[in-house]
Amino acid sequence: MNSMAFIIVSVFTLAAALAAATLSNLMHAALCLVLALLGLASFFFLLGAEFVGLVLVFIYVGAVAVLIVFTILLTRRDSKEHRGFNWSGVFIALAVFGCLTWAILKTQSLTIVPPHIRALAVKQIGQVLMAGYVWPLQCVGVLLTAALIGALVLVLEEKR
Amino acid sequence: MSLALDQIFVRCKHWLLSWIAGAPNWVIQIVSSLINIFAVLAAFLTLFALISVLERKILARMQNRYGPNRVGPFGLFQPIADGIKMLIKEDIVPARADKVVHFLAPVVLAAVAILTLGVIPYGRNMTPFTINGGILFFFAVGSTTELAVFMAGWASNNKFSMLGAMRAIAQMFSYELPLIIAVLPVVMVVGSLVPDRIVAAQGGYTLGVVPRWFVLTPWGATAFILFFVSGLVESNRTPFDVPEGESEIVAGHMTEYSGFKYATFFMAEYLGMFAVSGLAVTLFLGGWRAPLGVLEFVPSYVWFFLKLSALLFVYIWLRATLPRTRVDQMMNVAWKFMLPMAFTCVIAAAVWHYAGRGLRGWLWSLLVIVVVYSALSVLLDTGRKFARRTYRFAE
Repeated sequence: MNSMAFIIVSVFTLAAALAAATLSNLMHAALCLVLALLGLASFFFLLGAEFVGLVLVFIYVGAVAVLIVFTILLTRRDSKEHRGFNWSGVFIALAVFGCLTWAILKTQSLTIVPPHIRALAVKQIGQVLMAGYVWPLQCVGVLLTAALIGALVLVLEEKR
Repeated sequence: MSLALDQIFVRCKHWLLSWIAGAPNWVIQIVSSLINIFAVLAAFLTLFALISVLERKILARMQNRYGPNRVGPFGLFQPIADGIKMLIKEDIVPARADKVVHFLAPVVLAAVAILTLGVIPYGRNMTPFTINGGILFFFAVGSTTELAVFMAGWASNNKFSMLGAMRAIAQMFSYELPLIIAVLPVVMVVGSLVPDRIVAAQGGYTLGVVPRWFVLTPWGATAFILFFVSGLVESNRTPFDVPEGESEIVAGHMTEYSGFKYATFFMAEYLGMFAVSGLAVTLFLGGWRAPLGVLEFVPSYVWFFLKLSALLFVYIWLRATLPRTRVDQMMNVAWKFMLPMAFTCVIAAAVWHYAGRGLRGWLWSLLVIVVVYSALSVLLDTGRKFARRTYRFAE
């Protein structure tokens, strides 16, 4: 049952990701990217990590996807004309793929039978964040606040 | 007797499942989910039909006219006539529209609205879809609404649609923040993201008479008002229907939709309204719990739907009373007033918790909210003087 679901979700996610990479209409590509992200979220659901899956949907589908779509809408008007094949993109993609494959194959724990891990409850994530990782959390908070203020300063009208 | 009546739907489901008792586990699971889905759809589509005619009736009453009164007794069969009318209308798709996305947008919107209805506890043991982070699920799925509205606006290939979608996304993003932060104090006080636990935490009565609903604490009342107003904005209804302002941009993102697709948009708007009100009932108004100990013999789902209809009545009432707001005023209120107030609710809830959750905590949290509210009122006061309004014809 679980492996069956895994195969279905994998095929779905890969197809959506492939469509996002190859479609010529940028808006369609962005919407396919949303589908791929939903597929990724369902992997987390299959693993029992509901919280992470929900946060992924919340942030990537709810916010980042809308940002991407808006960016496409506000920046380009050349979606009709044909662009040449992007060889540097292929090179970078292959390099990232090679790096990841190398890292995964080097991982020792792949050969060991995984121990049965209990799904992490929301409470535990909160406790870890608030106890062990409180300084990184605060730093991220300051960074985000700075970004927010920066965005406000950028759009502020100049006083005459 | 009252317990049997309370659990009648749960018993019905068990009885239906007993027919396939011998089947493999996954079949039973799927059938059980299907029964839940069917129940939610049946209940809320009926409620949608009922509310759509009641809204017109109530609006008419408030505006001194009759409203629909031709089809059936008191015009009650009006939704059936409307449904048939919508079904047999021609489905027009603009020639330059993006056909696939144009078709998908209303489907996604309705699907999202129905999904969010799934996590609300409608009565004792009556949550259609129990999940560890139910509240988070509600907002995670609900945040997809913006994408669906954008799809509708973009695929129509029409400037009114695009403008409407832009407006809708701007206001939904701005009001999502106070909406979610107003939920935080409840989650914090209960210590759980599961709607059933939140309802359970509001059980019991102080001194035997006053229910322990969160709306009866100062932070809860403030958070409830913030949540209700933000929910009103999220459902794009009057007085916050800027995205579809008829006088400016025809119908916003729905301009190029006709026939049943338009009806689907209409339905999604109402289902979204039910979902947000249902969550407000669950979070602040004690869910399916009775307001008085002696009234607990009334089945739990009756209480839930009574509270839900009370909130829906306020929605309709506001629609009849208030004119459309201006976009910049709406944004100002969201960022300058509602967001700080929502954060204040979080602090006030913490104060309430650490002062012992009793009368002392009640007074301290009231003090926090009053201080921040007065400070905000002073700071945000523009000092603009308005001339006395004069009427030429109305007096």
